[in-house]
Amino acid sequence: MLDFEVFSQQLITGLSNGMIIALIAIGYTMVYGIIELINFAHGDVFMLGAFLALTLLGALGMEAWGPSGQVFGVALMLIGSAVFCGGLNWSLDRLAYRALRKSSKLSLLVSAIGCSFVCMNLGLFWGGAPMTVFANGNSAAAPKNFPAIIPQINLLGDGFLRITPADLLVFTVTIPLMVGLTFMVKRTRLGRAMRAVAQDPTAASLMGIPVDRVIGATFFIGGALGGFASVIYSLYNNTIGFQMGTRAGLDAFTAAVLGGIGSLPGAVLGGLTIGCVRSMSDQYLETRWTNTIVFCILVLILIFRPNGLLGSTRREKV
Amino acid sequence: MRWRPGPIFIILALAALLPLLDVVLPPKMQLCEAVRGVFLYAILALGLNVVTGYAGLLNLGIAAFMAIGAYSFGILTCEIYPFQLGFWPALALTIPIGAFAGFILGAPTLGLRGDYLAIVTLGFGEIVQDVLKNLDVVTKGTQGINPLPAPTFGGSEWTAEDEYKWYYLFFALLVLTVIAVRNLERSRLGRAWFSIREDEIASRSMGIRVERTKLIAFATAAAIAAFAGGLSASVLSSTGEPSNYDFQISILALCIVIVGGIGSIAGVLVGALVMVGLNSIVLVKATAWMAANGIGSQGNVLLSPNNWKFLIFGLALILAVRLKPNGLIPPRIERAKQ
Repeated sequence: MLDFEVFSQQLITGLSNGMIIALIAIGYTMVYGIIELINFAHGDVFMLGAFLALTLLGALGMEAWGPSGQVFGVALMLIGSAVFCGGLNWSLDRLAYRALRKSSKLSLLVSAIGCSFVCMNLGLFWGGAPMTVFANGNSAAAPKNFPAIIPQINLLGDGFLRITPADLLVFTVTIPLMVGLTFMVKRTRLGRAMRAVAQDPTAASLMGIPVDRVIGATFFIGGALGGFASVIYSLYNNTIGFQMGTRAGLDAFTAAVLGGIGSLPGAVLGGLTIGCVRSMSDQYLETRWTNTIVFCILVLILIFRPNGLLGSTRREKV
Repeated sequence: MRWRPGPIFIILALAALLPLLDVVLPPKMQLCEAVRGVFLYAILALGLNVVTGYAGLLNLGIAAFMAIGAYSFGILTCEIYPFQLGFWPALALTIPIGAFAGFILGAPTLGLRGDYLAIVTLGFGEIVQDVLKNLDVVTKGTQGINPLPAPTFGGSEWTAEDEYKWYYLFFALLVLTVIAVRNLERSRLGRAWFSIREDEIASRSMGIRVERTKLIAFATAAAIAAFAGGLSASVLSSTGEPSNYDFQISILALCIVIVGGIGSIAGVLVGALVMVGLNSIVLVKATAWMAANGIGSQGNVLLSPNNWKFLIFGLALILAVRLKPNGLIPPRIERAKQ
């Protein structure tokens, strides 16, 4: 292959992975924007979404369905995981975080770390479920194989680039979601309420905005995006495990910070940056140095742009 | 006024007497070795408490400095390197090395606001781990550097069997750390840290040099963490693999500080006992007990106590901050507010 081909191929991989990271990063950035919490559990909610998708796939026997049936199956998993993750994220807020609204940010952070551990442990138990897709419950902690129900063909025929249906799926799911989300935040009543609460919760509640309900809705939407991301991730990478939430969460949170935490376009830009840096570093440098490079770039960018790429500079008030 | 023992004194006195309890307990249930781990994490968490508790800078990469301490202890002492120092000089050197590492990381990044700083420290933790793993020419990669020397005190070098000697060494170094941070807390520097934590702009206008003061907090925490790292490498006679100093360790230290009572030394000591005790005493002993009595099986994921570790730990964290938002033993200033 020519150099240019290798480069473009890595770019496609990087952008696809970057879109998935961006979708998770939006969940972080929305929650951070509204209550200034690094929601550590978000990565693990994402992980549980992937487990639910695998369970649905196994329970309904989707592997045996025909091509059109599998399109329906993918849609079913997407909706199932989104509702599940959204609901789970909402419950975490309701049960663990809501009582801590008035305590310090660090208590909230520790509570989120606690939720992350609980979710991770639930994933471990889930991995021991007596189903064929979970290896009949043996070796619960081992990574699970996620069947590739999307055909692994090249849509460009024998062209010099390889674009698979999985790549296409990533973009056809993530782009409308991001557009829809931006529309919702900018144009709808709920979006306006969210921005108001993010700016000043006390003033928002004085204007009659049900602050707790708006925060709950934010958690639901962020979680639901994580759910979509989990299905796409699983179909794209074909391996899931109960510890994958930590890695994915770290990447996504880095992306959110890189783009400027609290900013939706920032999260997308950060996600794409990290995805591309990862795939380029895997190709042109050594894979084992990839994490180091990602974090070095993060540190460098933050030194020169302390509020991230697209973050707003809010002056601290006395 | 009559002298009354404070909470720190009571905790340390109980710890000093603990080996007496081991004499009565059956061999399997003895606690000294496990409590040594509590001491180690208490030292680490006291370091984190300086930067996060006193100065209010969230640091999610304290384990990186522990790794730096452990590896510099290894490189300074192990026979395959040219330095070959003894236990004491090498352990003492981990302190300036750690402070220097903290300075290197802190200097360019302290201008960052709250959570941006947190993510940079988290990234630093990952970078250090990866560098230690990948520079295997120097660090021996995942094998770790070993064997490492133990202290010699009156004659021969200690071995792992000298349990009580190690116990009291860890205890003495913990007491030393407590005295050091307690004096810092009550010094001019300590008051400057509190002032920055409460209001940076006001502190600046009162004439505190904010950047310099923050940097000292960062370097102090790093020095204490590196010291803990050197100590842990010595007792294991190996640095272990780089992933022994991963994000989980930083998180554990943070949880100790916050659950115990952020900014409170007594709180950190109790927090270390509760968190590390839960993690490496209660669950380990429960697993051993269940295995001895034939309960639990390999096949079912639900029947091994070790598989419940994260769930129990997580619920403990959620409940602790819910019921005791200021920590188990809040610092005096918080107690006064109530």
